[in-house]
Amino acid sequence: MSQKALELILIRQLATRLALPMFVIDPTSRLLFYNEAAERILGRRFADTGELAAAEWTAGLDPTDELGVPLPPTAQPLLIASRERRPAHGRLWVRGLDNVRRLIEATCFPLVGMGDRHLGVVAITWQVEEAA
Amino acid sequence: MRVTLWGTRGSLAAPGPDTARYGGNTSCVEVRGDDETILVLDAGTGIRSLGAALPASVRRVDILLTHLHMDHIQGLGFFRPLYDAGVSVHIWGPASTTLHLRTRLMRYLSPPLFPVHLRDLPCHLALHEVPNADIEIGRFRVASALVCHPGPTVGYRIAAPEGTLVFLPDHEPALGARVFPLPQEWTSGYEIAAGADLLIHDAQYGSAQYAEHVGWGHSTIEQAFAFATLAGVRHLVPFHHDPAHNDDDVDRLVTTATAAAQPSFAVLPGTERTTFRLHAGGVVDVEPTAAACTVPSPHVPVP
Repeated sequence: MSQKALELILIRQLATRLALPMFVIDPTSRLLFYNEAAERILGRRFADTGELAAAEWTAGLDPTDELGVPLPPTAQPLLIASRERRPAHGRLWVRGLDNVRRLIEATCFPLVGMGDRHLGVVAITWQVEEAA
Repeated sequence: MRVTLWGTRGSLAAPGPDTARYGGNTSCVEVRGDDETILVLDAGTGIRSLGAALPASVRRVDILLTHLHMDHIQGLGFFRPLYDAGVSVHIWGPASTTLHLRTRLMRYLSPPLFPVHLRDLPCHLALHEVPNADIEIGRFRVASALVCHPGPTVGYRIAAPEGTLVFLPDHEPALGARVFPLPQEWTSGYEIAAGADLLIHDAQYGSAQYAEHVGWGHSTIEQAFAFATLAGVRHLVPFHHDPAHNDDDVDRLVTTATAAAQPSFAVLPGTERTTFRLHAGGVVDVEPTAAACTVPSPHVPVP
C-alpha cells in the first residue's frame, strides 16, 4: 500500500484535531478522509466507511442552491477548487449518505504541494440548516 | 556498503566526558560504496573529522542534506574537501517554495556568520535541489521524500545491491496522531523506510519530554521503535540524541524502550565512529565491535 503525500498526511492530522467539519479529497474526487465533525454532515462515520470513491459519496449529493435549483459544476465550490485550482465558497443544499438534506456553507481550496503537485481539495463546511 | 557515524547528536553539539561514548558531534554519516563512491549524509559538526579522515585521492564527494537546520549544516564550512581545487563537491538538499538552495545555504556560508563566502570556495561546487525522481550516484540509487519536520525536510533511501540504508534523522511521524503508529499509508516516511536493512532514525526524546516538544519535529525512542516496526526494518539505529542526555540517559532510554517493545529488529544505538557494513541478505556487521552497543545481547539479534 503506497503512502499518501506528506501534505495529505499533515492535513488529515490537523483535521482530526479540529471541531470544524473538514473533508480531504484527492484529484479523482475520492474522499480520503473526513473528521468527526464532518460525519454529521455526510451522515456516516468515517470508521464505518473508510475512504470513499467519488461515485460512492457524490452520486446522491444532489447539490442545489437555496431555492432548490440544481447547481451546475461551475457553481459547485468543490469542483471549482478541483478543476480550476482556486479557492471557492458557496451556500448550498446537499443530501448526505443518510438521505438527509442539509444547507451548508462550504469553503474549498486546492491542496498544492511542493513542486506544484496538485494533491486534491480540502473542504471546510458549516451546517446552516437541516431539512425537516 | 559501509556506513560510519561521525555525528549522532541532535540540535546542538554536546562534547564532554558525559557524552563521550555516544558522541557529542551533530548529525553526519558517511556512506562508502565498494567502488569508493562517497556520500555524506548531513553536514553537522561531525563532518569536520570525516573530512580530515578522507584520503587525499578523493576526487568527488556528494553531500546529501536532509534540511538546513543549523545542527545539520554547521560543520559544512569546516569540511576539508571544500578547500581542495581538485575535488568536486556536490551538495544536495530539499527544495523550498521560495528560495533556491544556494541562497539558503549562503545565509550561513557568508559574513557575518562565516568568513568565507560560498562562491569563494576553491573546490568545484555544484548545488542540486533533490528531484522527485531517484538519482544515481556511483553505484548508489538515492531516493528522497518529504517527511514531517518543520521546514522543507527530506529523508533519504540509499540502495545498493548488498542492502538498503534509510536516513531519517529528524522526523516526527507521530505529530497530531491520537494513536501511533497510524496505518502505513498515512504515516510520514513509511514508503521511503519500508523494508530497510538499516534505518537511522530520530529518537531524541523520552516519553515524558515529548509532551513539551510536540511539533518540534522529533520522535521519542518509543515512536522510533513503533515506526521501525511499521516499516519492517531489519536494524534500527536510534539517532539525534538530545544534547541534554548524557551517555547513561541514552543507555536507560534504549534499554527501557527495547525491553518494553521487544522488537523483532536489532537495535544499535547511534554511536559516534561506529561503522556498519551491509552485506547481501540484510546482514549488518558492526565495527569496531558491538561493544559500542549497550543494549543487552538478546535485543541485538544478528539476523
